[in-house]
Amino acid sequence: MAHIEVAEDIVSDTFLAATEIWSTKGLPDNPRAWLYTVAKNKTKNYLKRDALFQQKLSPEIQYDTADTEEFELDLSVKNIGDSQLAMIFTVCNPQISTESQVALALNLLCGFGIQEIADAYLTNKEVVYKRLNRAKEKLKELNISIGQPSLTEIHLRMDNVLTTLYLLFSEGYYSMAQNTTLRRDFCTEAMRLVYMLTDHDHTNLPKVNALLSLMCFHASRFDARSDQNGEAILYQDQDESLWNMELIDRGKYYLGLSATGGQLSKYHLEAGIAYWHTHKEDTPEKWDQILQLYNNLLILEYSPIVALNRTFALAKANGKRAAIAEAEKLKLTDNHFYYSLLGNLYTDIDNTVALQHYQQALTMAVSNAEKLTISRHIQQLGGVPGNEYGI
Amino acid sequence: MNDFLLIFRRDFTNKEAQPSPEELQNSITDWQNWFGGIAAQNKLARPLQRWDISGKVVKSDKNVINGPFVEIKESIGGLIVIKAESYEDAVEIAQGCPILEFGGNVEIRMATEPEG
Repeated sequence: MAHIEVAEDIVSDTFLAATEIWSTKGLPDNPRAWLYTVAKNKTKNYLKRDALFQQKLSPEIQYDTADTEEFELDLSVKNIGDSQLAMIFTVCNPQISTESQVALALNLLCGFGIQEIADAYLTNKEVVYKRLNRAKEKLKELNISIGQPSLTEIHLRMDNVLTTLYLLFSEGYYSMAQNTTLRRDFCTEAMRLVYMLTDHDHTNLPKVNALLSLMCFHASRFDARSDQNGEAILYQDQDESLWNMELIDRGKYYLGLSATGGQLSKYHLEAGIAYWHTHKEDTPEKWDQILQLYNNLLILEYSPIVALNRTFALAKANGKRAAIAEAEKLKLTDNHFYYSLLGNLYTDIDNTVALQHYQQALTMAVSNAEKLTISRHIQQLGGVPGNEYGI
Repeated sequence: MNDFLLIFRRDFTNKEAQPSPEELQNSITDWQNWFGGIAAQNKLARPLQRWDISGKVVKSDKNVINGPFVEIKESIGGLIVIKAESYEDAVEIAQGCPILEFGGNVEIRMATEPEG
């Protein structure tokens, strides 16, 4: 881990050289091979220089330069794959915070620049820069070497790796950032990394396939879930012809592969929920199934947002009145989604109460997109959405 | 919040008291929804655990008999541990338990610390 900055510098140098040379001499026949060769030579030079430097500075250290003369970098597809796998397990280290793990993965594994990460997080470069540096320092401090994870390490660390990759995906999928291309790239990169885990025997576990399936189903709706202005389009209003059928099929394929072994992970349950959402038509079976999956997901692990979604599914399966009784027991009064849900449930049951809940949600919502959605509900109910929009 | 033990009992032996297969099938959804509702309030204190329906009983003479304790009419169908504010809160949750539909009952016990 100590040489990570050197490696990053070599990569930057290589790309700089490429920009200079390619712009004057034109693109080489095989740009990829060109980049690898240049990076390889720069690495060799660095190692020689570094060895020389070490010898002169500390002659007592016996450094065998012959080693670096013979040094051959293995840049085969297999070795690159293995190295990336090793790197995932290095980066997803529970000794550093989860958000740092995600930032490191974005930077080191997916090659996103600090500015891009800052854009996605809606923060500035300094914050991301500090976060990355702290995380790298911590990994150095812990003296972690980047090596193939052992079976025990895979067993112990896998859940952490999957959480980080899922967060990386969510960062792209749910980010409030306007830059759709960047957000899509985050999702694609997360999927690439999970795909890589399925490509190695020891990490090709049922729950890994379940996570990949889940990501495929979610990603299939990427084009349908926002309009040209980046405004969110709710699930029930989406144009299903924009759903990506190829990704839905991939999702089903990995869901099939995940259905082995005795462990039912939360990714299995979430993939199941996402699978049913690829059926646009509302049938009693669809919502019964979704409700049961949400029940099981909550029994496995509580989360407020899952509790709210479960109650929405309950309304679809058993009617709004049954759901209202359950919703009012949740008491998630510091969550604006709670009031949006109550607003939704009371609509057509008691529109005055519905309006009150939506008004409350509006005062608590943070992002403009959310405020816009809530305001629209308020207008539909014939209310005035407050001063902010002056309607 | 305290932990409360909820023990579900009903008569599993008397033939006339048994629900039909359809009733049992439908009650699976009721149980799932009931558990889901408790979990949605973040009031599930322990992971759910299924228990073998027959089991064994050690009698006072240390003899062991197979099967559940049936010297009272009902035997244990299952148990869960929930988090609740009070007995009242726990009672309200227990009143939604599907075992009541089949003439069963729910016994509630609050977890206590050793005194002193």
